[in-house]
Amino acid sequence: MEPLVTFAELFPNGIWRYAVGGALIGLGTAAIYLGTAIPAGASTFLESTLSYVSNVPRFNRAKYVASRDWRVAFTLSIVAGAAIYAVAFGDFGWTTRVSWWRLLGGGFLVGVGTRIGKGCTSGHGICGVGSVAPTSLVNVATFLGVAIVTAQIVQALGVSP
Amino acid sequence: MSEPVERDRHPLFMPLIVAGGLIFGFGLGLSHMARPEVVLDFLQFEDFGLLFVLGTGSVVAGTAFAIGVNLLDRAPLTGRAYARRLKSFDRNVLTGGVIFGVGWGLSGICPGAAYASLGIGNYPILLAIGGMFLGAYAQGLWRTYRSDNDAATAAKAD
Repeated sequence: MEPLVTFAELFPNGIWRYAVGGALIGLGTAAIYLGTAIPAGASTFLESTLSYVSNVPRFNRAKYVASRDWRVAFTLSIVAGAAIYAVAFGDFGWTTRVSWWRLLGGGFLVGVGTRIGKGCTSGHGICGVGSVAPTSLVNVATFLGVAIVTAQIVQALGVSP
Repeated sequence: MSEPVERDRHPLFMPLIVAGGLIFGFGLGLSHMARPEVVLDFLQFEDFGLLFVLGTGSVVAGTAFAIGVNLLDRAPLTGRAYARRLKSFDRNVLTGGVIFGVGWGLSGICPGAAYASLGIGNYPILLAIGGMFLGAYAQGLWRTYRSDNDAATAAKAD
């Protein structure tokens, strides 16, 4: 009897790079957490960095100003870490074909949503889910469901990529 | 100009942040999450590999959280007590999740992956990063405006 769906259909690119890459994302988070007790997310960088150029009190709250320098260092290190991967694996110079308006508009909504919703894929998705935090589980279930519906609608409308 | 400076920051604090960021970014590159196409393939049910990224990532991080909270006292580099990442629940968590979901589904990009994408030389991602800053700035202005208005309304009601 044939299985309804095969492994190769679900995972056409295999799973090792996903599983190992994810474990390294978790390991970077774990190292920072065990040394500092800080659950490092990637999106607070947006708000804390705005404190350098904006006088809006919301961006200049003590917790942002106190953490903005290491958040810049963290973010630049993420860029550098990915660059090391790309050079080591011969993957450097790859560019996306996703349309400019999807990147710009989607990025804008991600910027709004992550700040209103108190976290992103790393803050809620990795640290929050790792903490088995109910708020994060609800947030992740919400954005995952909405993202699936959005991507399927965009695809159905014939936008590709 | 006086800025609040954290007193007695441990000399290894920044090096650890940098090391953690390097591993984090390497993982984002290796997992191919730095490619919006891979995220979109997942959301369109063409490749479920991203489940493994989120799965192993949260299990490894979750193990560290469990060790810190249950077995350790205070963090060596900050003196902070270990705690789970808990945020209060309110309607914003759902509103933000919906807006984030539309943006993620539209672009295939989230903050950490966008930074990593720049690292693999994907310069068009600057549009998404620029969009994120604009979005974060817009919500900050909007919430400031709203809370000012609420305060004004409350003052009138007195």
